[in-house]
Amino acid sequence: MRIAAVDRSAAALGLAPGLTLADARARVPDLLAFDHDPRADRALLDWLVEACDRYSPSVMAVPPSALVLDVVGCLHPFERRPQGNKKIVSHPKHQSTKEDHSLWCFGALGETPSFPSATPEAALASDLTARLERAGFSARLAYGATPDAAVACARFGIDDLACLPVEALRIAGDTHVALRRAGLTTLGAVAKRPRANLAARFGKALVDRLDRIVGGVDTRLTPHRVEAAVVVEARFAEPIARTEDMLSTLARLAGEAAVDLGRRGVGGRRFDVALFRSDGHVARLTVETAAPTRDPALVERLLRERIDALADPLDPGFGYDLVRLTVPVSEALAPAQLRLEGGTLADSELAALIDRLVTRLGRNRVRRFARADSHIPEQASFTLPVADAARLPLVALEPGEPPLRPLHLFEPPQRIEVLAEVPDGPPVQFRWRRTHHRVARFEGPERIAAEWWQRQGGYHEGKSGLTRDYYRVEDASGRRFWLFRHGLYGERTNPGWYMHGLFA
Amino acid sequence: MRSAVATDSLLKQRLAHPTGATDVARVTLGDAVLDAVLGGGIERAALHECFARDPDQSAAVTGFVALIARRACVGGQAVVRVSEDKGDRRGGNLYGAGLAELGVDPADMVAVHAPDAMAALRASADIVKCSGVGAVVLELWGRAPLYDLTASRRLTMAAARSGVVMLVVRIDAAPRASAARTRWSAASAPSRALAANAPGYPAFDVELLRHRGGVADLKARLEWNRDTGSFASLPGGVPAVAVVGTDQSRRAA
Repeated sequence: MRIAAVDRSAAALGLAPGLTLADARARVPDLLAFDHDPRADRALLDWLVEACDRYSPSVMAVPPSALVLDVVGCLHPFERRPQGNKKIVSHPKHQSTKEDHSLWCFGALGETPSFPSATPEAALASDLTARLERAGFSARLAYGATPDAAVACARFGIDDLACLPVEALRIAGDTHVALRRAGLTTLGAVAKRPRANLAARFGKALVDRLDRIVGGVDTRLTPHRVEAAVVVEARFAEPIARTEDMLSTLARLAGEAAVDLGRRGVGGRRFDVALFRSDGHVARLTVETAAPTRDPALVERLLRERIDALADPLDPGFGYDLVRLTVPVSEALAPAQLRLEGGTLADSELAALIDRLVTRLGRNRVRRFARADSHIPEQASFTLPVADAARLPLVALEPGEPPLRPLHLFEPPQRIEVLAEVPDGPPVQFRWRRTHHRVARFEGPERIAAEWWQRQGGYHEGKSGLTRDYYRVEDASGRRFWLFRHGLYGERTNPGWYMHGLFA
Repeated sequence: MRSAVATDSLLKQRLAHPTGATDVARVTLGDAVLDAVLGGGIERAALHECFARDPDQSAAVTGFVALIARRACVGGQAVVRVSEDKGDRRGGNLYGAGLAELGVDPADMVAVHAPDAMAALRASADIVKCSGVGAVVLELWGRAPLYDLTASRRLTMAAARSGVVMLVVRIDAAPRASAARTRWSAASAPSRALAANAPGYPAFDVELLRHRGGVADLKARLEWNRDTGSFASLPGGVPAVAVVGTDQSRRAA
């Protein structure tokens, strides 16, 4: 058993990750050891990613213990504006696209690098440090031109890239040892060597890693969430805790979002709300609309409905200090004009009703009928959540035909006992739900083959799946059923019968 | 007072039937004799109940009510069907292709699956207030103690305000006091056989158990014709006019 991680006091005693537990106990007899739980660590890191969402929309977790935040364009809440002067002060540095990556490495030990005071970066860093300390984390912050550079600086607590040890390259195998034996102990020394020679001696991977750290080769972050097109937020110096205050804030934000959406000529289909609690917890709410909308009153009503329908009520704790409304899904929406006869009005009334029901009952409980191109009855027609279903035109039916498909479909089909005159003939009598039914009229079979082209080796004899023989059956009292025999007599020895549906 | 939209849909229907043969405030069944007995059809801005004769007849009663709802819709209005999980488990799911085969466009139907009867009643009360809807079908299984006189009265009042027809399907339940304008019982009836003794068009044995201010104890055997979109009396059935008289006249007697 080896040590996976140590705390600050253990590190002060000279214990380090990688040491065997027996050796560590020999050195420090009364040490406390806990089982390593990588999943819990990962969950904690994900929780921190959510909490850091307040600083930047692109946050990436770098297991085991680092987060990278891309803070380009995210510093305006921390900018100090001169009193009485409306001009926004912007630092030339923020206009560069590549420079502003920051990394916060949690669990590592060391001092926070000092930024020039009174810059927005410093304000952000001190805000983050304060929050992390309140939550019980010790963190090391570093600032780099690329994500890899930031991670390396934070891991070793060194600001100067050239002074980083070669271990910062994190190449597998003995490359670090080989580099040290060659007299190359820092990245600065390695970077001075011709790249071709390095690649020939240590492989292409080393050169790639080196370029990512010191050469400014920028690999993009993989953010945990796709950034929404429209984002509006409200920050509070003093956290708010009352639901009414929160809802009125959301109403104001919905109004701001509506202006933005209107400028783009789109309407939102989904509205996400993130409520950032001052202790780092983030509550998220989502409402969806059936049709694109820009109506702030509608959004507010849906959110109110959503909050009322929550299984666990919102726990504001010590209050929310940041409320953010995003519109991740939007569709084109032209300004509408009311028609004289009110058709649009009725449609929008129905859409608003569906939105209310979806919000109250849940996305999967309000459904529309959809169909697909399949012969298998249960795959040909089904229901989808109303947000996903498109309106399809009605299929033209043969006039004069009786209904050939049942009104109710059992899924899965229910097993029944059937008596037939000849083995592969129509049913004469069957037993369903403990009742005997005598068949008075029948039509069939309607033979539906299995989708052999979907199965592996389905074109081989006997591997195409079982054929179904469907019968439309009416019993003596006038009830109409849809039965099928699962398999032909050539396909299996004793095929079973199933009740698949009921006709009106 | 009826809202502008409700009046507007009535206006549309009047334009669709310029002869004025149909009363716009009523939903006709399509069978001339039966409609005449009912006084021109069932009232639109009201609540109507339909009971399944036995629990295995759920598809028959659902079909009968879906067809009435379809006749109540004008110009692509939506039918909203509210069901509870208990019923969905026992009765099977409504099948879109089967609705289309009955002549009900599944694209015009919205299915709301409520977790329990309370949520189903709340949802129905909200839906029936919306005059953009053509008809609301609420399906309740079992005794459903929450659906009482008060609840049905609330739905009736909402329907009267919006002009939407509210249809309540009751399966595995006995009739109880309610504010329903009409109360029906429905079951499948033997169909007229087609060629080679094949089952024919959907046929229903319906019984009018109660009709406020109209005839009661009316029995009929109806056949649905998908091509004309209307019901017709089957010759084999009981004549449409069995007992003539109103609730009032009987009460007076």
